[in-house]
Amino acid sequence: MQSLQFAAPTSLAEAAALLGGSDNPKVLAGGTDLLVQMKLGLREPALVVDIKRIPELGEVSLGADGLRLGAAVPGAEVTANADIAALYPGFVEALGLIGSTQVQGRCSPGGNLCNSSPAADSVPAMIACGAQCNIYGPNGMRSVPVEAFNTGPGRNCLAADEILVSLEFPRPAARSADAYLRFIPRTEMDIAVAGAAVALTLDDAGVCTAARVAIGAVAPTALLVPAAAEALVGSKLDDAALAAVAEAASAAANPISDKRGTAEYRRKVVGVLARRAALIAQSRAQAEE
Amino acid sequence: MTSDMTVKTQFRHVGSRPVRPDGLDKVTGRARYGADMNLQGQLYGHIIRSPHAHARIKSIDFSEALKVPGVLATMSGADLPEPGEALIPGAEIEMKLKNVSPVIMARDKVLYHSHAVAAVAATSPRIAAEAAKLVKVEYEVLPAVLDMHAALAEDAPLLHDDNFTVGIDPPPEKPSNVSVQIEMAKGDLEAGFAAADVVIERTVNVPMCHQAYIEPHACVAKADEKGRIDIWCTTQGPFVVRLLVAEITGIPQKDIKVTASEIGGGFGGKTTVYIEPVAAVLAKKSGRPVKIVMSREEVFRASGPVSDSETRVKIGAKKDGTITAIDSDMIMNTGAYSASAMFAGVLFGTAPYTAENIRSKGREVLTNLPRVWAYRAPGAPQALTAVECVVSELAAAIGMDPIEFRLKNAVQEGDVPLYGMPFSAVGLKECLQAAKDHPNYQAALGENQGRGVACAFWINAGMQSSASIHVTPDGGISVMTGSPDIGGSRASMALMAAEVLGVPVETVHPAVVDTDSIGFCDGTGGSRTTLATGGAVIQAAEKLVEELRRRAAAAWSVSIDDVAWLDGKAVERCGVGIDELIEGTSPVKDGAKVLTLAEIALTAGATGGPLTAVASLHAHNSAPSFAVNVCDVEVDPETGKVDVLRFTCAQDAGKAIHPAYVEGQMQGGAVQGIGWALNEEYLFNADGVLDNAGFLDYRIPVASDLPMIDTVIVEVPNPLHPYGVRGVGEVSICPPMPAVVSAVNNAAGTLLYDLPMSPPKLLAAIDAG
Amino acid sequence: MTTQKKLHISTTLNGEPCEFLCEPGQILSDVLRNTLNLTGTKEGCTTGDCGACSVMLDDALVCSCLVLAAEAEGKSIETVEGVGHEGQLHPVQEKLLEHAALQCGICTPGIVVAAKALLEKNPDPSEEETRYWLAGNLCRCTGYDKIIRAVMDAGATMRGE
Ligand SMILES: Cc1cc2nc3c(=O)[nH]c(=O)nc-3n(C[C@H](O)[C@H](O)[C@H](O)COP(=O)(O)OP(=O)(O)OC[C@H]3O[C@@H](n4cnc5c(N)ncnc54)[C@H](O)[C@@H]3O)c2cc1C
Ligand code: FES
Ligand code: FES
Repeated sequence: MQSLQFAAPTSLAEAAALLGGSDNPKVLAGGTDLLVQMKLGLREPALVVDIKRIPELGEVSLGADGLRLGAAVPGAEVTANADIAALYPGFVEALGLIGSTQVQGRCSPGGNLCNSSPAADSVPAMIACGAQCNIYGPNGMRSVPVEAFNTGPGRNCLAADEILVSLEFPRPAARSADAYLRFIPRTEMDIAVAGAAVALTLDDAGVCTAARVAIGAVAPTALLVPAAAEALVGSKLDDAALAAVAEAASAAANPISDKRGTAEYRRKVVGVLARRAALIAQSRAQAEE
Repeated sequence: MTSDMTVKTQFRHVGSRPVRPDGLDKVTGRARYGADMNLQGQLYGHIIRSPHAHARIKSIDFSEALKVPGVLATMSGADLPEPGEALIPGAEIEMKLKNVSPVIMARDKVLYHSHAVAAVAATSPRIAAEAAKLVKVEYEVLPAVLDMHAALAEDAPLLHDDNFTVGIDPPPEKPSNVSVQIEMAKGDLEAGFAAADVVIERTVNVPMCHQAYIEPHACVAKADEKGRIDIWCTTQGPFVVRLLVAEITGIPQKDIKVTASEIGGGFGGKTTVYIEPVAAVLAKKSGRPVKIVMSREEVFRASGPVSDSETRVKIGAKKDGTITAIDSDMIMNTGAYSASAMFAGVLFGTAPYTAENIRSKGREVLTNLPRVWAYRAPGAPQALTAVECVVSELAAAIGMDPIEFRLKNAVQEGDVPLYGMPFSAVGLKECLQAAKDHPNYQAALGENQGRGVACAFWINAGMQSSASIHVTPDGGISVMTGSPDIGGSRASMALMAAEVLGVPVETVHPAVVDTDSIGFCDGTGGSRTTLATGGAVIQAAEKLVEELRRRAAAAWSVSIDDVAWLDGKAVERCGVGIDELIEGTSPVKDGAKVLTLAEIALTAGATGGPLTAVASLHAHNSAPSFAVNVCDVEVDPETGKVDVLRFTCAQDAGKAIHPAYVEGQMQGGAVQGIGWALNEEYLFNADGVLDNAGFLDYRIPVASDLPMIDTVIVEVPNPLHPYGVRGVGEVSICPPMPAVVSAVNNAAGTLLYDLPMSPPKLLAAIDAG
Repeated sequence: MTTQKKLHISTTLNGEPCEFLCEPGQILSDVLRNTLNLTGTKEGCTTGDCGACSVMLDDALVCSCLVLAAEAEGKSIETVEGVGHEGQLHPVQEKLLEHAALQCGICTPGIVVAAKALLEKNPDPSEEETRYWLAGNLCRCTGYDKIIRAVMDAGATMRGE
């Protein structure tokens, strides 16, 4: 075993240089995934780079264009921000579902995404919101949509010396809202067995004019499900549209059976969640009047 | 104790709710638990565990590990004496050393994944962990049996080729994976079923679970130059640790001292040892203190989980609600060595009912899984769950209220259960009535909601206890016992001492002391502590009162018979009868001499020396407990998720010494049972590796899962105990499982008896219609 | 291979300046317990699941088993030992005692720290809010009933009710 080093750089350039200079580095945000994995012997990095002292990683800026959220901002800070919750209620709920109050004190949206677990709660919500990832590397910044970030369980598009800096959320149109629901056996402290996020926009008559539906924990990565969105668009979320959403979500799912649930169960429940999330998003969008 | 003793019913202190004496240390973080002890120069032990569920150990090579700077000692099974066939002398329950010692360190074979194989001790936990990876163990992998049915198969691989089933006549000639079997019966089963109008038969599966105490096992052992061993550890029984460490290591008991730390939960799981003998051996070999703390993962993988069981139960009843016959057949998993509580399941599963025709069979099955251990009322929840689920179905089938049905068949004083000892006064009917009268039982149920009822029995233990009491010169009272306080028992000890001595409870300082400082005490388990250790405290306090009266009599130059003890004072009787004085029907005579306890204590040196009293006993006055639970749930028919809406417990405590801690036992047991019914289970993969060895996926209930747990303490005094105490710790976990199962099945319209009723299983049952 | 150079960390611990040495991979709960001898912070899992190790790190309630001790540089830490002591117990501690809301007590320090954080943020929490806030504090003994009542009662006391 190599001896472990710890660094807490204060700039992106410094952090990227540290990461590039180690043959087994690991970024540390809230540590609620990384430190558990280290404890269980699943990861033995040679260098841990704490990114929380880099200003861009802790930035929260909400403006006319939307939200730029530093990747390492802890969940508790986001859920306490009423302005963010008003615009992206589903995303804030999803982030707030992660772990316990104690985990919320540390866990970050960036960590949730970069850990690349298919069950990460905030990821389907970010996808539904149409969020983009801003990534810093030796060659400067690049940007990818959240749905393209993860490539499989535990795998993503980051190079070893790249850092996810922030998440960029477009400002929702009028009469828009999002919602996220997950299924867990208890009420708290479980990892999602299935999850579904819906973001939609209504017109004056209550007809859905745009929608994005994303599902989690039912495939190797969280998935955007265009067919489910299509089922909503043009409808007033009548029973037929809702049934079609559920069916599309279930059909898109490609789950496994494991200790948290069977494939059959996940496929069925993800449809139920998508339908219920659509109704919540609808009632929120209606309430915006 | 005589059977015509009078049970006290009027109390000054008993039955009140003072703040527990150890509470301040616990809310401020000062209380010291197992892992909170560090000794100068201590080493850290790390246990090397088997990666296979079944394998022969071919060799163990420590040479690379020993090269690591800081590694100072190693051990393996070769460092422990061979156990032979002997029973452990003086153990609480009959136990063969060969079923205990190899759990500490495997000998020729490993029998489950994470079975302890070797250990190292080093100067830091990190060095010990690194060195452990360098210990080379060569295995010859053997086929494993990972569930009871696989183990029972005709050609199943054998765990122990010298295991011949006990309980078969004539004894079998072929070894098998059944360690023991038993059949108990009374009446005429066939006639019983013939007389029934309705017969229901079900097979009920209860999963392997874990006690899931929050504090992992932890200990520090040190050895002095003469070989005396001093152990600090978290345990329900320091004397049990002393005995087992002695038997396992060969170090005589007289050379071992055990100090119990504060204990962070046990529920039966800390009535044995896992790491203490290892720390003792490593300490002896290294000459340095050795600390071992199990990780949470190790606790789940390699301590003693709780038997899973499969029970087929058939019960018949007449239309009027009379149960005519009960037939029960259980198999219970014991893991790698015989240690299950199958007997208790077979004997106690039918105890609530008067049915005349009963047969109850059981087999204990060996599998390549961790050796099981006790959990609150060991064996009973599994058996009672099966019986109670069928009883509830029967009540519904004949259209009777489930409590009425049980009242009709409930045992009372004089009835004889299958295990043969007639009941003295017991409180089952009172508990049923209390549950029925509770407002929760009238609450209206909505759509997708259901209610379940269950009752339960537990025998409660007596066993051996000691207590000693010392008086400080200013009248303070120290009460010492050897029973670790797991749920507030020091508060009860203080109350009982205060009751006898007539002093304010705040002046009593109860302590749990080490094995050198008090006479033998069996462990805190079997719901025995308040009854038996409390009994010793009462007796010691009574002896102290007699001594105090003697000192006063000497001071006044009167006979001891002329001195009464009233409200913490010696009072000269002046001819008034003691009973009249105590009952207050005759006042103390004017001018009667009085000496307070503090006054006697202050001059004790001159009147005969320090004031102390000791008592020890083997309690044969325990009495069983009954409890009744009512549970309301709501089921989400689209996801199979269960929400517990209301939960009501009625339980016979005999006498609640400290009612708040009695309620605490009821509520804690209820929630453990709810967890076991709904989500707790051991999940092994195809190689016998536990898949959910952490609290994230071993799902014990969290605060937001639950409603308030309503309690009704029923008090039908135990006629054999001076204060009427029964024991309250264990029966509480017996009724919740069947109450939850019946509630869920009623809400969902299912007949799911394969526990836990986790959402995927329940949804599949709902969808199957 | 096995010696690791220690880091020197400066913090404020329970209101007082505190410096310590730690290995780069050492978790905060380990340093609190075994270097600084503050064993009131308990470890039930060291994987973030039980909450027995709850402490305040600056203004955040965290599991100290999921914080590297080195991360605490320049930060303020509050443990159960800093919450209250004899004669000056915090209302949460008082009420936990009064309601007999502890049995074995191993979860209690974590609950004290977490419940104090709740009442500072939300002086009048509902039962549901209290239950969800404390969902990461596992208690195997009590069934939570008395804990929830005690915390809500502490809130009432703090509100002067
Ligand atoms: C008790 C408990 C309960 C949990 N419950 C949930 C739950 O309900 N839902 C859920 O989704 N998750 C849950 N988790 C997992 C975890 O809390 C989340 O995934 C969390 O969002 C991770 O964030 P973090 O900041 O702590 O990540 P870290 O652990 O710091 O990092 C996670 C991974 O991402 C990498 N990383 C982090 N930030 C960056 C960055 N900016 N750039 C590049 N790489 C980066 C790290 O190197 C690491 O590999 C739980 C964890 C625990 C301990
Ligand atoms: S020890 Fe930190 S959460 Fe359990
Ligand atoms: S009191 Fe024992 S875990 Fe809470």
